[in-house]
Amino acid sequence: MKRLITAALAATMLTAPSFAAEVKIGFVTTLTTGAAVIGNDMQKAVDLAIEHMGGKMGDLDVNLIYADDGFKPETGKQATDKLVKQDNVDFVTGFIWSHVLLASRKSVLDAGKFLISTNAGPSPVAGKLCHKNFFSTSWQNDQTPMAMGEVLNQQGVKSLYIMAPNYAAGKNMVAGVERTFKGEILGRDLTKWGADAQLDFSAELAKAKASGAEGLFVFYPGKAGGAFIKQYQQAGLRDTMPLYTVFTVDGLSIPKLQAANFEAVLGSRTTGHWAPSMDNPQNNRFVADFKAKHGTYPSNYAAQSYDAMFLIKSAVEAVGGDLSDMDAMRAALKAANYESVRGPYTYGNNHMPVQNFYLQEIVKDADGIWYKKNVATVYENHVDPYASECSMN
Amino acid sequence: MPPAKSAKITGNIHLDYTLLFIQMLNGVQLGLLLFLVASGLTLVFGILDFVNLAHGSIYMIGAFIGASLTFITGNFLLAVLIALPITGLVGFLIERLVARTLYTRNHLDHVLGTFGLILVLDTSAHLIWGPEGIAVPLPAWLDGRVELFEGVVVPTFRLLIIGTGLAVAAGLYWLVNFTKLGMLIRAGASNRTMVSALGIDISTLFALVFALGAMLAGLAGMLISPITEASISMGGEIIITAFVVIIVGGIGSMKGAFIAAIVIGLIDTLGRSFLDDMFQLFMSPQAAETSAPAVSAMLIYIIMAVILAFRPQGLFPPKVR
Repeated sequence: MKRLITAALAATMLTAPSFAAEVKIGFVTTLTTGAAVIGNDMQKAVDLAIEHMGGKMGDLDVNLIYADDGFKPETGKQATDKLVKQDNVDFVTGFIWSHVLLASRKSVLDAGKFLISTNAGPSPVAGKLCHKNFFSTSWQNDQTPMAMGEVLNQQGVKSLYIMAPNYAAGKNMVAGVERTFKGEILGRDLTKWGADAQLDFSAELAKAKASGAEGLFVFYPGKAGGAFIKQYQQAGLRDTMPLYTVFTVDGLSIPKLQAANFEAVLGSRTTGHWAPSMDNPQNNRFVADFKAKHGTYPSNYAAQSYDAMFLIKSAVEAVGGDLSDMDAMRAALKAANYESVRGPYTYGNNHMPVQNFYLQEIVKDADGIWYKKNVATVYENHVDPYASECSMN
Repeated sequence: MPPAKSAKITGNIHLDYTLLFIQMLNGVQLGLLLFLVASGLTLVFGILDFVNLAHGSIYMIGAFIGASLTFITGNFLLAVLIALPITGLVGFLIERLVARTLYTRNHLDHVLGTFGLILVLDTSAHLIWGPEGIAVPLPAWLDGRVELFEGVVVPTFRLLIIGTGLAVAAGLYWLVNFTKLGMLIRAGASNRTMVSALGIDISTLFALVFALGAMLAGLAGMLISPITEASISMGGEIIITAFVVIIVGGIGSMKGAFIAAIVIGLIDTLGRSFLDDMFQLFMSPQAAETSAPAVSAMLIYIIMAVILAFRPQGLFPPKVR
């Protein structure tokens, strides 16, 4: 019965002509716990995007509501429910964590609203659970490590040890690198994750060393990344077991590692779809203004969030501010007809970006500040491996 | 979708004794860190009969103060020496302002009061140091490695943790058993009315005990921060395990806390290292590597449950009671 009423309410809201003078956007991210460092960076980028738009998308004022997921799926779902039911937003976006996105997606999509992930890309939302109202401004989790697997093959690495946190994205990252890496995998550790995540990797590093692998692949986002790098350096594995990372040495950990002078990261390599070094007008403006305002390079989380705002803007402007015209907005979103900081890209049948992936290196910029720079293209217009499981076309 | 090549693991990490030895060392190091936190907790819980959930937050505050001072002084060891009395002072102030008013109340009030204290301390740390945490640099001579014997190379800093932990344990043993202060502490624990009737200032004594516990927790925080980093949620990560340690060891017992901490440290580390290989003996590699981390995270609680069922007073309950 309750569901019927909700459905009826949703239906009336959809059919009623909308004369809103504002576009309401809910942004779900992590604003508490140590992982707030990612959420804060996203928030800075979103605020900068709104500032660059002059606070307007077309003729509509932008009303942005931030919500905290507390780094927990259940809290994230509650925050999303509130945005959808109480605040009645037009777009729900944000989402750092794959498990939070998986817990929250249904609340948004069942209410007939657009859901735009600015980071999380778990395999189900790209495959079997793909949805016409879901879009991503990041990537499917497997893609970045798949590119890393290719790099490992190119560099002639024959055997690999793998470490990642034990949650949805961690498993996707592992699956990704294993899908393309042609050598032998000598061991794999999935470590405890969440608010009380494991940060002391002594046992795992000892195992990795004992395995005698030629390379070590890790995925440790957020504060775990910095912790991992330090222990890797202290364990002295740098000369015997080179490190290959995805989303571990990033815009957030680099300034801290530089402050503590952990030179082991200089020259270390990762893969990704975006770097602050990319030269296009939108990215130059974004990076320059972000640096001027906050004193650091933006992270990829910031870049993806900045893009999401401009993607939404392109859809709002395409329908002339008539937010009830979902079909036209969806078509506009799918066209990805906006200036992305990564340069132009398209959307695949599952609404995941079809884009380039690059090999990146941590280097010093002209002022001696460490940052991430693209050095080679690994994949051009790469389609994620789950797109074929999606029934949309 | 192409199938994930999960069957590629060749499983050639069989049990070798060098690895086992290194993992035991890692386990002892974790255990000694746990002991530093648990010893303060068991002092306060056992002697003051006060449940201090905020003990983990003091561990965090110690780490942050140590990290800031490392950057100010440019020397990690000097920073630790300065940060220790400051953390003790923080503990002393917490005792005066918060804990003291709660001593006469029941345990539920302690839990509520100190839970509030966690929120206050964590948010204060968030406001002062920001959410991103601080990576702590080590001097070069501590940042290297030592080859103990053929094939066994361990980071120097981890040896320093082991050495410090053992020294503190010895110091505490001496303090509690062979000094006047220790005698007063033990006496105050058995009968606080009688001690104050004999003209001892029991409230100052308790404040000193509380400050000592804070210093021990702070020291643990300072020692772990060059390995992980000083971060806001670090208190919550260790406090539960520290409670497990004092429950297994027997509340109020320093000896119990020491032995239980080492045992828990070893179980946790060895579980993380070898459980998935053991599970692979009777389940698929895929199932083993997913379930092993979950089970190894549960191991210490399973131990606690078993102890509680068969020996509710803990392994080494203090004799004074």
